[in-house]
Amino acid sequence: MQFLPLLFANLLRRKVRTTLTVGSFAVALFLFCLLVTIRAAFTQGVDVAGADRLLVINKVSLIQPLPIAYRDRIQRQPGVKEVTYANWFGGVYQDEKNFFAQFAVDHETYRTLYPEFLVPDDQWAAFLADKQGAIVGKATADRFGFKVGDRVPLKGASYQGDWEFNVRGIYTGRRPNDDLTQFWFRYDYLMERAPPWAKNFAGWYTVRIAPGADSVQVARAVDQAFANSAWETRTQSEAAFMASFVEQMGNIEFLMGAIGTVVFFTLLLVTGNTMAIAVRERTGELAVLKTVGFGDRAVLVLVMAESLLLAFLGGALGIGLAKAFTLRGDPTNGMLVTFYLPPSGIAAGAALALAVGLIAGLLPAVTAMRLQVVEALRRL
Amino acid sequence: MPLPLVYNLESVRSRWASTVVAVLGIAGSVGVFVAMLALARGFQAALVLAGSEQNAMIRRAGSTSEMDSAITIEQLDVIEEAGEVQRTEGGALVSPEVVVVAALPLKKSGTDALVQVRGVTPRALEVHDKVKVVDGRFFTPGLLEFVVGRNAKDAYMGTAVGDAVKMGGATWAVVGSFDAGGSSFDSEIWCDANLLNSTYQRPAGLHQSATARLTSPGALDALQRRFAADPRMRVRVERETDYYLKASQMMTTFIRVLGSLVAAVMALGAVFAALNTMYSAVAERAREIATIRALGFGAGAVIVSFVVESLLVAAVGGVIGCLAALPLNGLVTQTMNFQTFSHLSFAFRVTPAVMGMGMAFGLFMGLVGGLPPAVRAARLPVAEALRDL
Repeated sequence: MQFLPLLFANLLRRKVRTTLTVGSFAVALFLFCLLVTIRAAFTQGVDVAGADRLLVINKVSLIQPLPIAYRDRIQRQPGVKEVTYANWFGGVYQDEKNFFAQFAVDHETYRTLYPEFLVPDDQWAAFLADKQGAIVGKATADRFGFKVGDRVPLKGASYQGDWEFNVRGIYTGRRPNDDLTQFWFRYDYLMERAPPWAKNFAGWYTVRIAPGADSVQVARAVDQAFANSAWETRTQSEAAFMASFVEQMGNIEFLMGAIGTVVFFTLLLVTGNTMAIAVRERTGELAVLKTVGFGDRAVLVLVMAESLLLAFLGGALGIGLAKAFTLRGDPTNGMLVTFYLPPSGIAAGAALALAVGLIAGLLPAVTAMRLQVVEALRRL
Repeated sequence: MPLPLVYNLESVRSRWASTVVAVLGIAGSVGVFVAMLALARGFQAALVLAGSEQNAMIRRAGSTSEMDSAITIEQLDVIEEAGEVQRTEGGALVSPEVVVVAALPLKKSGTDALVQVRGVTPRALEVHDKVKVVDGRFFTPGLLEFVVGRNAKDAYMGTAVGDAVKMGGATWAVVGSFDAGGSSFDSEIWCDANLLNSTYQRPAGLHQSATARLTSPGALDALQRRFAADPRMRVRVERETDYYLKASQMMTTFIRVLGSLVAAVMALGAVFAALNTMYSAVAERAREIATIRALGFGAGAVIVSFVVESLLVAAVGGVIGCLAALPLNGLVTQTMNFQTFSHLSFAFRVTPAVMGMGMAFGLFMGLVGGLPPAVRAARLPVAEALRDL
């Protein structure tokens, strides 16, 4: 501890270099956190998927609907506790660029199946009382400035025409990475104006299984109940459904990993180089330290500590900046459903920074440790 | 008088270790930058290639994509009668199409992904003239037969010619595969439009879009005016290339925004590395610089020399970065087509323009990283630095 002033004095000696090295660390950590955040946004659906929820979709594809009559039949399957359903609306708010997901939901059951979305009771009551009511996620509400009581027009695409909704509530998430971009309105309102082909069809069903029930068995029972009908079903856990969606996004994991590796090695080189220069410059000084009685170990620790201190300062700065940046929200304007840096990413980043500090400092530190006093002093 | 370039080359060589660091830093940033641009460009190209300047795509007014559009039989008749539409002995060159998605297992993971299935008529091959059947034959109208795009065949299990695919309660025979020149059609499966309608329980005879080959690319305006004046046609007429350009916009913007963000942050890191290298070069060469000044070279010459040195390092880094990204060219990757949530294959495109932008990016980093140390070098007090000798 008594060497702490010496450490700082060493760092402050070359202010520009220290700043640049700390800066490189900060930049690399910022980038690392950014990549973690983007990756988390892609896998968000999997991470927040309800463990006790199954998704029932048309076997042919997601875009094919299922008859509304399936609701009661699914409910009767063993192991099924609750069922709700929803439709994809796909309307446009002002411009096609302003994309957000709109679901026509069963207002009686939707909230029970998705307890992670929090809606104040009075707002929910207002939603139940208004057939044209809508509940908007906080992220989307903030993006377009929607407030409770606002009237929101959407231009229908599949469901043609101009639709208007009254914002009756704003939902928030129980967890920081919940999707706060959705827009829910009432299925019965959709059906009131839907064209004949869409009447009495739901886009998909969400099932909550009873505690203790085996999700695989329940899924099989549901699919078997509708086998060989005109609308066969495919039932899978919410996580599996989301994972197949992520799979379709392509090699995100690989890309993130590749970029991360490039950055990591660049950072390692920069820091290693700086430390090497710092040690080279101070050869005489280190020799003096050794002459006055500092052991090899002490010199080693001193140089390593300096490297680690750089890593710590830079790492903390980078992670701090990244956290602040992610709190400002999604920079891609609605393409990512969440933009949240998970604590696990912060921990991994911190570990990475310290590891780089350790590895980068090792070679110069060993050089310093092996320094021959006589040899070094002669050079002075 | 400028300092000779040899001086810079020699000094770069004598401090090769820190130069290598700077070079690699810049190479890494340029590589990532080029890869991101190539990805965005490849995605856009896949969609844009699908369109033709001479084709008009007709959809329902207000629809956001083919998926939520509809064209009735009556409207189709009007389109076929239009004077701006090219005609052959077989009739008007109009391709009415139905687009749906089906879930098929991916080869690489075994999990299902959505493939875009397009119901067409044999006329489609004349309208989309870049699409060529390369293996087997085109489907026979009225039979449950598939022709599979080149990339779809590679991406999904059991879609080779001769295989049978179960979709929507029916079994379809794969009778051929086609090449659409790397466009998004390559990720699709084509079959008979009427059979697809009945398989998907859609109203018979209702198509989602119609693509018409025009008599000339300039005939689009006339066609738009004609349909605008016709009360039966509540449609939107777009040049096919424009439709696909718009369809690709969301994803390319997304890749560009994230890509530039990542590249910008990396560039900052690389500039730091370059600054570090050049500053320590200046510090180590204080006497040398003072000597040069004493010999009569001006401050300007020293600045130019250091900036040149930095640009040299950056240029090497840029070239390495571009070369490292070059093998990506043509590499086929997949992502989601946000218009239809279906799976889309496309190839990275490392074009000369992309590499030029990468080099410019690298040189810019060299300039930013080299200028401040160069100014410091020029400001070194000559007498003081020489006294240290």
